[in-house]
Amino acid sequence: MQLPPALCARLAAGPGAAEPLPVERDPAAGAAPFRFVARPVRFPREHQFFEDGDVQRHLYLQDVIMQVADVPEKPRVPAFACQVAGCCQVFDALDDYEHHYHTLHGNVCSFCKRAFPSGHLLDAHILEWHDSLFQILSERQDMYQCLVEGCTEKFKTSRDRKDHMVRMHLYPADFRFDKPKKSRSPASAEAPGDSGERSEGEAMEICSEPVAASPAPAGERRIYRHRSVSELFLKPVLNMCSVLRILGCTWAAALLILNSERIPSTICFGQGAARGFKSNKKKTKQC
Amino acid sequence: MWSRRQGRLRPTVCGVEELRRRRREREAALRKARREQQLVSKRLLRNDAPEEAGEGCVAAILGETEVQQFLRQAQRGTEEKEREGALVSLRRGLQHPETQQTFIRLEGSMRTLVGLLTSNQALLQLEAARCLHELSHSEQSTVAEACLPATSYLLTYLSSHSSDFIELCLYTLGNLIVESEAVRRQLLPQGIVPALAACIQSPHVAVLEALGYALSQLLQAEEAPEKIIPSILASTLPQHMLQMLQPGPKLNPGVAVEFAWCLHYIICSQVSNPLLIGHGALSTLGLLLLDLAGAVQKTEDAGLELLACPVLRCLSNLLTEAAVETVGGQMQLRDERVVAALFILLQFFFQKQPSLLPEGLWLLNNLTANSPSFCTSLLSLDLIEPLLQLLPVSNVVLTVLCNVAEKGPAYCQRLWPGPLLPALLHTLAFSDTEVVGQSLELLHLLFLYQPEAVQVFLQQSGLQALERHQEEAQLQDRVYALQQTALQG
Repeated sequence: MQLPPALCARLAAGPGAAEPLPVERDPAAGAAPFRFVARPVRFPREHQFFEDGDVQRHLYLQDVIMQVADVPEKPRVPAFACQVAGCCQVFDALDDYEHHYHTLHGNVCSFCKRAFPSGHLLDAHILEWHDSLFQILSERQDMYQCLVEGCTEKFKTSRDRKDHMVRMHLYPADFRFDKPKKSRSPASAEAPGDSGERSEGEAMEICSEPVAASPAPAGERRIYRHRSVSELFLKPVLNMCSVLRILGCTWAAALLILNSERIPSTICFGQGAARGFKSNKKKTKQC
Repeated sequence: MWSRRQGRLRPTVCGVEELRRRRREREAALRKARREQQLVSKRLLRNDAPEEAGEGCVAAILGETEVQQFLRQAQRGTEEKEREGALVSLRRGLQHPETQQTFIRLEGSMRTLVGLLTSNQALLQLEAARCLHELSHSEQSTVAEACLPATSYLLTYLSSHSSDFIELCLYTLGNLIVESEAVRRQLLPQGIVPALAACIQSPHVAVLEALGYALSQLLQAEEAPEKIIPSILASTLPQHMLQMLQPGPKLNPGVAVEFAWCLHYIICSQVSNPLLIGHGALSTLGLLLLDLAGAVQKTEDAGLELLACPVLRCLSNLLTEAAVETVGGQMQLRDERVVAALFILLQFFFQKQPSLLPEGLWLLNNLTANSPSFCTSLLSLDLIEPLLQLLPVSNVVLTVLCNVAEKGPAYCQRLWPGPLLPALLHTLAFSDTEVVGQSLELLHLLFLYQPEAVQVFLQQSGLQALERHQEEAQLQDRVYALQQTALQG
């Protein structure tokens, strides 16, 4: 098939539309017995017209067409150890290390050392497990957010939220990243029906002493509710962060920043933090 | 780690002839499947690391006790290497349908595998995911359905940070989606569309290609037009998809192929194409077409038609939307370089992939049908003669010529004199009624707007050519009318 030589040049040149020749139709053009009508044609999904192209597409998916050149081997490096304190894993390939880091150290709760697959789930966990203000607020309003990406529903209790996820989103009832908060009893068993597998995160969660930041058990919570706001100012760490929360950022986030273990880039303390509160504590990060 | 490309063939084991034979077989099977509306294809990521090559091409089928043993070892082994090794052995066995059946029939096996998938041991997690991936490749929907307990976790891991892992989860999801409606029925309420919309913002090319694959499988579902496409159109996915198709240094062919097919499945379902036009689909696709035409001139790459095909289809179908006629739509596609690009691609198809010529000509019809501008371009760029060279391929050539001729004398003057009349006399010699009918329509327009053509027609034994068809029921009225015109002219 021969193309005019100027065609490639036309493609390479700039955009433009030809000045159209004048259109002048004679009614006799469409008169019987002639029936041509110029019209664009559409083909629906299953039309046979698409058969050849579809078959080519599927051959590609089945890898028959593309002869792939040899893929470079996973690059090996001299063995090195993970630098995170307490972790003694050794690697000889960067990809393996990347996956290990993201899984085990990427989204880790600084309080209970539990690892989460995503920042989203970690945030929800910190809020629900380690933020006492969250507990307080959740008695008055629906605070338990649905964990499914894109769903904005909130619930009064984690139980209600779980029911929602099971009914509406067809999630498993024992979804691993929505475990109900355990009581302080030692050696608490995992939820029934668990395969009983042990993993580093789980072990630490069960046996470690709760960090000071953990919310108090139910008894103390009632007492907090009755305290006045001014009394809250008198209490150390816990309350400073509650005030900060009122001022627009989470206590958990404040603690994290102080601990420098996970610094969300979006945290912003706003001007109120400096104005209403004089403290001898470490200056919090201004944004 | 997993190879980031498609699977690998083993040239040492199978020669070129064998590959060709297999390809012919697969092609025949695919055609049959398509006619039965059962076209299902999956993508398998399988890494054949050197240490495994010694195993030979075939891994052993595992029996029930072996599967149990490997699972137990993986779950409760003391040494991490031992646990990982157990899963590797399991995974190899799962390459066999028999092992897959054994696995799913074993009580608690999926539960254990999901437990390992969600463990905090990174490498165990990966191996467990690979086992799931092998299962997802099964052609039995019972196996796919046995994987249902894992789907919520596969979706959850799409927002993790390990790109290899995300890629694996996406391919697994894509395979499961295409195999079973039960899986799709579960994945939609589980939030697969928002999860994909979040994941598509990944900067990793391999992840994007995998996502495009998974999405294309979702969109091919029979129930897609009613149940899936509306929520996809309501999400941010269409804008991101179009971004992946924009030509430029960031365009990745593997990624673009997947999203072009996604777009095709959406567009040909005709759910809400004006929305896509509003997002600039026509201009993006037009620019991509130009880019493709530029690419075919430069490289010997045989893979370009994989991208060209869906792009042509999308453009053609979008051009039938009424929205195109509004000021916004029409402005998007007026560049005459589109016609130049299309012909360059037609030539490429002529040489490399003739089966795509009808699709290219379909686009040409849709471009020229209602556009004096594009018809003029055909004439001014001297494309009539190349077009006529494609006459043996498809009748649409005649339709396109009719599109040009019906616009009036100014157009027919440019069709005359030239190779058109001899070509028509040639087609009149065919016995195919369809072809002859179109030729008669074109002759009628030519005689009407360019009367000088009649004389030459008569001189070149045109009447005799017409006479051949005067008994044919579908043609006789038109034959008679033309004979009259010719005799009076």
